Amino acid sequence: SLFGGSDYKLIYRHYATLYFVFCVDSSESELGILDLIQVTSRGGFCAELPVPCPQVFVETLDKCFENVCELDLIFHMDKVHHILQEVVIGGMVLETNMNEIVAQVEAQSKL
Amino acid sequence: MPAPIRLRELIRTIRTARTQAEEREMIQKECAAIRSSFREEDNTYRCRNVAKLLYMHMLGYPAHFGQLECLKLIASQKFTDKRIGYLGAMLLLDERQDVHLLMTNCIKNDLNHSTQYVQGLALCTLGCMGSSEMCRDLAGEVEKLLKTSNSYLRKKAALCAVHVIRKVPELMEMFLPATKNLLNEKNHGVLHTSVVLLTEMCERSPDMLAHFRKVSLVPQLVRILKNLIMSGYSPEHDVSGISDPFLQVRILRLLRILGRNDDDSSEAMNDILAQVATNTETSKNVGNAILYETVLTIMDIKSESGLRVLAINILGRFLLNNDKNIRYVALTSLLKTVQTDHNAVQRHRSTIVDCLKDLDVSIKRRAMELSFALVNGNNVRGMMKELLYFLDSCEPEFKADCASGIFLAAEKYAPSKRWHIDTIMRVLTTAGSYVRDDAVPNLIQLITNSVEMHAYTVQRLYKAILGDYSQQPLVQVASWCIGEYGDLLVSGQCEEEEPIQVTEDEVLDILESVLISNMSASVTRGYALTAIMKLSTRFTCTVNRIKKVVSIYGSSIDVELQQRAVEYNALFKKYDHMRPALLERMPVMEKVTTNGPTEIVQTNGETEPAVLETKPPPPGLQPDSQENDLLDLLGESYITPVIPTAPTSKPVSAGGELLDLLGDLNLTGSPVSAPAPQIAQPPFLLDGLSSRPLFNDNAAGIPSITAYNKNGLKIDFTFERSNTNPSVTVITIQASNSTELDMTDFVFQAAVPKTFQLQLLSPSSSVIPAFNSGTITQVIKVLNPQKQQLRMRIKLTYNHKGSAMQDLAEVNNFPPQSWQ
Repeated sequence: SLFGGSDYKLIYRHYATLYFVFCVDSSESELGILDLIQVTSRGGFCAELPVPCPQVFVETLDKCFENVCELDLIFHMDKVHHILQEVVIGGMVLETNMNEIVAQVEAQSKL
Repeated sequence: MPAPIRLRELIRTIRTARTQAEEREMIQKECAAIRSSFREEDNTYRCRNVAKLLYMHMLGYPAHFGQLECLKLIASQKFTDKRIGYLGAMLLLDERQDVHLLMTNCIKNDLNHSTQYVQGLALCTLGCMGSSEMCRDLAGEVEKLLKTSNSYLRKKAALCAVHVIRKVPELMEMFLPATKNLLNEKNHGVLHTSVVLLTEMCERSPDMLAHFRKVSLVPQLVRILKNLIMSGYSPEHDVSGISDPFLQVRILRLLRILGRNDDDSSEAMNDILAQVATNTETSKNVGNAILYETVLTIMDIKSESGLRVLAINILGRFLLNNDKNIRYVALTSLLKTVQTDHNAVQRHRSTIVDCLKDLDVSIKRRAMELSFALVNGNNVRGMMKELLYFLDSCEPEFKADCASGIFLAAEKYAPSKRWHIDTIMRVLTTAGSYVRDDAVPNLIQLITNSVEMHAYTVQRLYKAILGDYSQQPLVQVASWCIGEYGDLLVSGQCEEEEPIQVTEDEVLDILESVLISNMSASVTRGYALTAIMKLSTRFTCTVNRIKKVVSIYGSSIDVELQQRAVEYNALFKKYDHMRPALLERMPVMEKVTTNGPTEIVQTNGETEPAVLETKPPPPGLQPDSQENDLLDLLGESYITPVIPTAPTSKPVSAGGELLDLLGDLNLTGSPVSAPAPQIAQPPFLLDGLSSRPLFNDNAAGIPSITAYNKNGLKIDFTFERSNTNPSVTVITIQASNSTELDMTDFVFQAAVPKTFQLQLLSPSSSVIPAFNSGTITQVIKVLNPQKQQLRMRIKLTYNHKGSAMQDLAEVNNFPPQSWQ
């Protein structure tokens, strides 16, 4: 699941029918393409942290959506974005503590 | 106007579309509705509309008309509005749109908002897409927030600061005071982002790096790392049993930067690195990620050797892991360290060699490169066995590289000549068609030089092509050898292995089949024909057959073959008395100096007494370049042919056709001094068969240059371009001597890069008289099909004032007209 490129690396993991592809770049971390099934997000964290990160992300999604499936991601894409904003900023990892992330997301949705 | 549909509704509708066209229609309809809603300045539903627009943007449809609406949403007081507004800004806007600057004021206000979540939104947006102008304006606010006690905001501010620094590096100092207390936090989120900020600062500025080293950042980091490892189970940060691996990896990375090239820092972190390396659990990927980062850090800093060995052992363990990602990563790292820690990597040689059998292509490639790097005098036999086996079974894209690698390694470390030749034979027979072109002359030279192995070699080669003559390099080498050593073959002289009984006819049979076969390339045919010709002096009973073959090809369609055949025919008819001398054995060749991968040394075929096989070439003179002609018949390999002719002071015979050059041999001088024959002629010089100049004077003012001027020896180059062939440049060199003593035995040699071809004609003499009273002239022809810049390396040897002089020089000042 690791590809080496000249400027960037693609790291992907798939969980059942969901593919998470992270494009990682050590120098420039602005990328953004959202696709229906392949969620390529502005992810830029250290290239040798392959798998636990998506795992954290997926598990967070799980907690927020209660057993997330791809339909959830499609229909609630704005919510997915908001969750992602609590995990990653400008291409760097912000918070990896799942409980923390979930708490913040829920607090904001009450506003 | 009815209320605009909700986002979910829209998504549902779009998903029912069965074709691309249907979907486009729906989208267009909805876009139209959204646009009219925007025009009406509807505040209530703006949020909903923008959300829908974002969805459509995600699908790939244009959504730029929503940009301003996003700004309006950001300015609104409602949190949900702001949220969607900022999201829209991040997705739809970037610094290329002028509109984005309008956001600056909103963000500024929001950074000072009472609700932390609003502040968070603003920080997030700024950190994602802030342009340099925005960053300049708002850096102060960010810096303030970096010092707040609210950890939620602090961590976001840290990442935002990283973005600001990336966009506007000059602002880095502004954030320096705030960093003092960053690592005192308990909150892991803040710790993490702070480490990122510190890493960014250290990477960007050596001054910062020095500063942080001074304020003992390293001990602080070490302490934090230690706590992470030592502390018990913490459910919040646990991932597969390891406490906050993300933070650990981040810290390790920062330590790497701090410890690079710095002894004190490196020493401070030695212990913790050893601890992490030994205590981390490797059963899950998380542990391996940490270990990998640790290994990289150890290799990069000035660690003690025990630690480095530990690191390499970890990599060795990785190689045994089931997960191919880890194996890949380990091989890549080992490749980087094999130069510096060669012995340690050697210990894992067997594991690496096992990786050659892996299924994954990337792993195989790295294993192959690493294996070649590990070959040395001690393990060459074992390694070669493995590599040859690999060559047998690997994918075609590897075969060329592998074959070249094997040749190189064999050349450097061959334990015995027989082993070397056996290895080469093995490569030729298994991957013969993938062998690079330059391997053939190298091999031929190697074979020539192993005098005692000639019989063995020719026998093995003969047996090899008996079955299959489709692999061109193999056939070329074999033909050449059979031509040279055919007499050994039929006399059954082989000592190394059981001699086979071969008759002259059988040998000729195989060479003729090579000639006839459709599979043989033109070059190969040339080799075969020349080989047959050479056998006419080695064989006794089949000369007539050879004559017949040669005359048949006198009318071959292939011009090269035809020319050869005609010349050989002439040898039989008119110059039969010379035939033995011309076709006799090659002398031992001087080793071709491989300066670099592209350049080779040309030998100047000068007045060379005909050398018998057993007599070594006279010292001080270059060996006969006769082999060049016979090896490279069409000028395709990198040794370009040289036409050694007698000095032009000898009389030119009558008949200005093909045999003119041979005619030069009709000398009045003693036969012993007859120079070696030149039979092949590269095609680009076919137009100049007589001794008339080949070129029309196209010297439309190409400036001449002084290529060399040292110790009284001056060499000038004058240029002419050929009319008939625009890729040919003809250089006439003039060597003059300004000292008071003559320079004798002057030999000029030249080498050009691989993309060129070079031909040296014979010089006018070998003595440069003193006081500039005369010159030596010599003609060089350069073929430059790719019109690349001409470069040349020259080597001069001569005798002066009783001592032998030698010099190497590079000529780089060729005028552009000479090669363009």
